[in-house]
Amino acid sequence: MNMAPKSSFVLSRRHLLGIEGLSRADISGLLDLAEEFVELNRQVEKKRASLRGRTQINLFFEVSTRTQASFELAGKRLGADVMNMSASSSSMRKGETLIDTAITLNAMHPDILVVRHHASGAVELLASKLDCSVINAGDGSHEHPTQALLDGLTIRRNKGGLDGLLVAICGDILHSRVARSNIMLLNTMGARVRVVAPSTLLPPGIERFGVEVARDMREGLAGADIVMMLRLQRERMNGSYVPSVSEYFHYWGLDEKKLAYAKPNALVMHPGPMNRGVEIDSIVADGAQSLIREQVEMGVAVRMAVLEALSRNLPNA
Amino acid sequence: MMMLSERRPILLANARIVDPSRDLDFPGDLLIADGAIREAKKGIGAAGVPEGTEVIDCRGKLVAPGLVDMRAFIGEPGAASRETFASASQAAAAGGVTTIICQPDTSPAIDDPATVDFVLRRARDTAIVHVHPMAALTKGLQGAEMTEIGLLKAAGAVAFTDGEKSVTNAQVMRRALTYAGDFDALIVHHTEDPDLIGDGVMNEGEFAARLGLLGIPKAAETVMLERDIRLVALSGGRYHAASVSCAESLEVLARAKQAGLKVTASASINHITLNENDIGPYRTFLKVAPPLRAEDDRQRLVEALAEGLLDVIMSDHNPQDVETKRLPFAEAAPGAIGLETMLTAGLRLVHSGELDLMKLLRAMSTRPAELLGLPGGSLRSGAAADLIVIDPDLPWVLDPAELKSKCKNTPFDEARMTGRVVRTIVAGRTVYELV
Repeated sequence: MNMAPKSSFVLSRRHLLGIEGLSRADISGLLDLAEEFVELNRQVEKKRASLRGRTQINLFFEVSTRTQASFELAGKRLGADVMNMSASSSSMRKGETLIDTAITLNAMHPDILVVRHHASGAVELLASKLDCSVINAGDGSHEHPTQALLDGLTIRRNKGGLDGLLVAICGDILHSRVARSNIMLLNTMGARVRVVAPSTLLPPGIERFGVEVARDMREGLAGADIVMMLRLQRERMNGSYVPSVSEYFHYWGLDEKKLAYAKPNALVMHPGPMNRGVEIDSIVADGAQSLIREQVEMGVAVRMAVLEALSRNLPNA
Repeated sequence: MMMLSERRPILLANARIVDPSRDLDFPGDLLIADGAIREAKKGIGAAGVPEGTEVIDCRGKLVAPGLVDMRAFIGEPGAASRETFASASQAAAAGGVTTIICQPDTSPAIDDPATVDFVLRRARDTAIVHVHPMAALTKGLQGAEMTEIGLLKAAGAVAFTDGEKSVTNAQVMRRALTYAGDFDALIVHHTEDPDLIGDGVMNEGEFAARLGLLGIPKAAETVMLERDIRLVALSGGRYHAASVSCAESLEVLARAKQAGLKVTASASINHITLNENDIGPYRTFLKVAPPLRAEDDRQRLVEALAEGLLDVIMSDHNPQDVETKRLPFAEAAPGAIGLETMLTAGLRLVHSGELDLMKLLRAMSTRPAELLGLPGGSLRSGAAADLIVIDPDLPWVLDPAELKSKCKNTPFDEARMTGRVVRTIVAGRTVYELV
């Protein structure tokens, strides 16, 4: 077993439901703690005992590969007993209501519940009915706090900090929980945020989020330190929000030509899974300016940090 | 473009020059060289022109910008028996139209960049006037999914419309307006609610009742227009009502303009010169969409043109074969040809004192060119030499057999006219001359 982390940061709340409400100190504390786990994860011996005896349930109402896997790995590395439940293999499929599911789970005395749900606000609803800690692993188009934290960590490690950076978030802002969480985190940490999308993919009122708004990539990427691309769901591609894949890629897809509008040392991010040739060109996704693989690595470390920081606040910790 | 005459300099001498783009109306000469207007002023004279200039005496005649017809159906691709770019452009030249805006409700519909490209090439090779297409607003004109507005505009589409079809799904319309706004693309919409049209075939009211025909209420138009205005307010796009026909629509339009929305509108030459009574004994050539309304409505449309509330007069040129027109009124296809007659019909309003010449010409040239971002509609120095010479007082009788359009479904057949285009010049070349 490894030594306990040097950081003694405690997230003084029971749940992590979103970035909204986190202070600059909260975010810095989580990122500092995550840095330590990045190092740990690169060792042969990756185990810690801080969550020994604890039960973590990953409850995914929406399919996910990387988020679910990284939460599972994070919990196991901290010594928790981790159980995965997904919508396809459970009674949720049989018509059980969200509240009934909560009551059932509560009876099993989990310590931490990690939840992803397709409806905005569903995680908060569950949290209000449970005795354990709840971590939002993505709710509808609302928040995905651990994604924003791992993005923040990735940027901080590559740019030395977040203060004063210009981050362009591009694509389907309207439906993106990643965009909302990132806007809040980046604003809190002193970065400038610009959203870039066709007007059909921008939520009305977005300009009141403290972001700059651009409709075209040349204007939107000008001077950007970070270019963060978002996934465009297939059902939104053909005529409903944008006319076609080819038009979307032509005007808003990130290729080398458009990336050149950003700063020469700009870095490219994508929360995954990518639609190559829709929102991002393979040459850019796999290129020297891409941080996409590093984001996945940071995902495990950040989720360990969140689990650790919340667990320090659990009863009998 | 076909070479009908050498492109040597032309001096239009001793004319009355009318330029609605600058509100100028003065006696003078106009010199054309290298496809552009060199200058228009008093007393250029034969001495002040380059060697080899063709001098045309225009005493007693008007020189005005060529007309830009914002709505004409041409049968290519898919209905070449009704009209081709070649035949339409001959008709246009004879009517003083130097730019035709063709509609996308063809077969296949003009809804992808390759078809826009086809239209532009085909027109370039066969037409004697300029042709620019509007592209479909929704794929296959189905009203469900928006087209590639950005790529279509880049390919040369000047605006987006579903032609004679209305987009009934408000969500589709909202998103299209929102998306088009990013490209500063103009959406042109036929505002007739198909459910309210139902089986109606002419204006609803006493006259329809007497003829035993089902009526189309004015509300079919105003309901759709009103909806669209709300959506424009929501989305901020550029919107043009394709064909308004009644006084109530003008009220809606006035409110939208007062609110500062980017809203404009056209009326067809038919609606400003004819009314439902002209249908008489079931004349199917006067069956159009939207239907001809009452005389009060026609008068309000003309007043709105004079006030500048109504922006554009278009031909709504829609060639129909005898097989689609020689039928009982209710079964006949709607549509009338108009490229060749829109100016001469419009001059009726000038001669009757209802509308002044400047305003008529502005609505047929300067305004549509501005809305579509096209050259033309002006006699400024340096402007494209697309212009017409009009004999404003020439009396003549319209003989359908002489019309250049492939179809002869004109509401003005055998009508007495006063005033006619005697010469049409496109890009500095004479493409039509009345002999």
